[in-house]
Amino acid sequence: MDFPTFLIQLLNSVQYGLLLFMLAAGLTLIFGIMGVVNLAHGSFYMLGAYLAFAFSTLFGSLTLAIIGGTALAVLFGLALEWLLFRHFYHRDHLDQVLLTFGLIYIFEEMRSLLWGDDVHGVPVPELLRFSIPLTENLSYPVYRLFIAGLCILLAVGLYLLISKTRLGMKIRAGAFNRDMAEALGVNIKLIHAVVFALGVGLAAFAGIIAAPISSVYPNMGSQVLIMCFVVVVIGGIGSVRGALISALLVGLVDTFGKVLLPQVAGMLVYMLMAGVLLWKPEGLFKQ
Amino acid sequence: MSAAKSNLERLPRGVQVALWLGLLALVAFPFVGTEFYTQMVTRMMILAIFAMSLDLLQGVTGMVSLGHAAYFGLAGYVLAFVMPQSEAISLWWSLPLAVLASGLAALVIGFFVVRTHGIYFIMVTMAFAQMVFFLFFDNRALGGSDGLYIYFKPTVALGSVTLLDLDNKVTLYYVTLVLLLAVYVFLRRLLWSPFGRALAGIRVNEHRMRAMGFGTFGYKLSAFALAGALAGLAGYLWGVNTGYINPELMGFHMSAHAIMMVILGGMGNFAGAIVGAFTFEYVLHLFKDLPYVGQVHLGKHWQLWMGSFIVLVVMFAPRGVLGIVQAVTSWRKTEPRNDG
Repeated sequence: MDFPTFLIQLLNSVQYGLLLFMLAAGLTLIFGIMGVVNLAHGSFYMLGAYLAFAFSTLFGSLTLAIIGGTALAVLFGLALEWLLFRHFYHRDHLDQVLLTFGLIYIFEEMRSLLWGDDVHGVPVPELLRFSIPLTENLSYPVYRLFIAGLCILLAVGLYLLISKTRLGMKIRAGAFNRDMAEALGVNIKLIHAVVFALGVGLAAFAGIIAAPISSVYPNMGSQVLIMCFVVVVIGGIGSVRGALISALLVGLVDTFGKVLLPQVAGMLVYMLMAGVLLWKPEGLFKQ
Repeated sequence: MSAAKSNLERLPRGVQVALWLGLLALVAFPFVGTEFYTQMVTRMMILAIFAMSLDLLQGVTGMVSLGHAAYFGLAGYVLAFVMPQSEAISLWWSLPLAVLASGLAALVIGFFVVRTHGIYFIMVTMAFAQMVFFLFFDNRALGGSDGLYIYFKPTVALGSVTLLDLDNKVTLYYVTLVLLLAVYVFLRRLLWSPFGRALAGIRVNEHRMRAMGFGTFGYKLSAFALAGALAGLAGYLWGVNTGYINPELMGFHMSAHAIMMVILGGMGNFAGAIVGAFTFEYVLHLFKDLPYVGQVHLGKHWQLWMGSFIVLVVMFAPRGVLGIVQAVTSWRKTEPRNDG
């Protein structure tokens, strides 16, 4: 592999890893703080992608889709938390698995009713529709760099939110000891709602910005959900830092696996997971 | 945690009567049902074996596997690989081979997964099953996304005398019924054996079991491998019944359906898994068969009904059908509720 190809694959893997992180961060936070397994997390990614499709066909603007779509998804998350998830924080994981599995079916059907079962494309915004030439015949699309940039921005924002703000302090307190935080006057119900909506928002955001490069299709959530599980398992459940490092690792292994070992590419990430489990059964950054 | 759910390990009289009536109905069914429904009940019985194998993990040992379908599908694939396109092979060696393959796969994967707990176990079993799924999905040599045909039914012969003709739908029905009963009796006896008691102990409190000197890793791994092998038996029968196997059978929807079957019937006693498998398949059939109302084809939107059904069951009947039967048949006794 010559250097420009290597560089392209490296950039792709980082971009993919960062997208995975957007999803895994929400998943790991929701588990770490509320103790909920959420199989429907992939559906929020799908919701985002379809919102991107809807916004860009209606208004022809992806910027509007990013802002409006994420806002809608956050509202959706708040409603869902209030209606359903709130009542399942204390239930068995088994019940949570089934509840969220049932929700996958419901979301898929609602997607089918609203937008049909066809594959759709979402245009890349005109401003970003060019490539940076690397060699004479190799170039890198700027939109992918834009995705990576946005994700890094959000990751930094998430870090600041959790470790530097008062709200973040309350979130960490709630994760550390729910009852104690509540006794000290933290409105834990509100914190839970905020964290859940944040998770939904991040997943939908990832879906929106990924839509122009991945296209929009039925069941697109399941595939990405399982990758997120792998990321969370490797990183250690509840650890956002672990999710970031593990997402980048998974992105790297998956992207280079497809180039170097195409026969077993689909399995490589899972082998990575098996290796990590042998070495550290609780993930790399178990808190 | 899951110990809180009353498991009905000893089946109450009312439930027992209901089960015997159900068995009678199953024996009589091919005489009254059409061929379509006989095949449907065969499929339900196969799924009941699959659900029982999962119940050994989920209800008895307290390990919620979200990847059990991998072992189900694997045995079907083994049958597809060893069945040539020109002639039928014998069941005597192909069935043990398929069951062994599934059991072995569960043993290897189990080695990694049973050291994890709770939520980790759920995620990791799902991820490993997905790995197996992709192994078959991505490789054209293994059938790829289309799957494989199983060209013949395996022969059941002694010397040159054919004992059973599995091409006959009714014969296959009764063979499946006998295997269903055999697996049920085996698992019920296992439940009350020292091994089964140790598994139940692990469900209730694994730390205490270890403190008492039980090597819980070995027990859990054995249970996982055994459950995988029994899922393989169901997968083999599925392959024989449909003559076709594809990666979807190993997918995560299939695994989740199995969990739902066990929950729907009532877990930890195997009878519930059977009831749940029948109920689930019937409800699914019902939803997919819904008629047109005006312009809207209700059956086309079965995912909406199924999803809502699952959500409602989890919210309002987490102890399943047997829990309801028990509540109805023992409504006169004012026993204190014992599940807290």
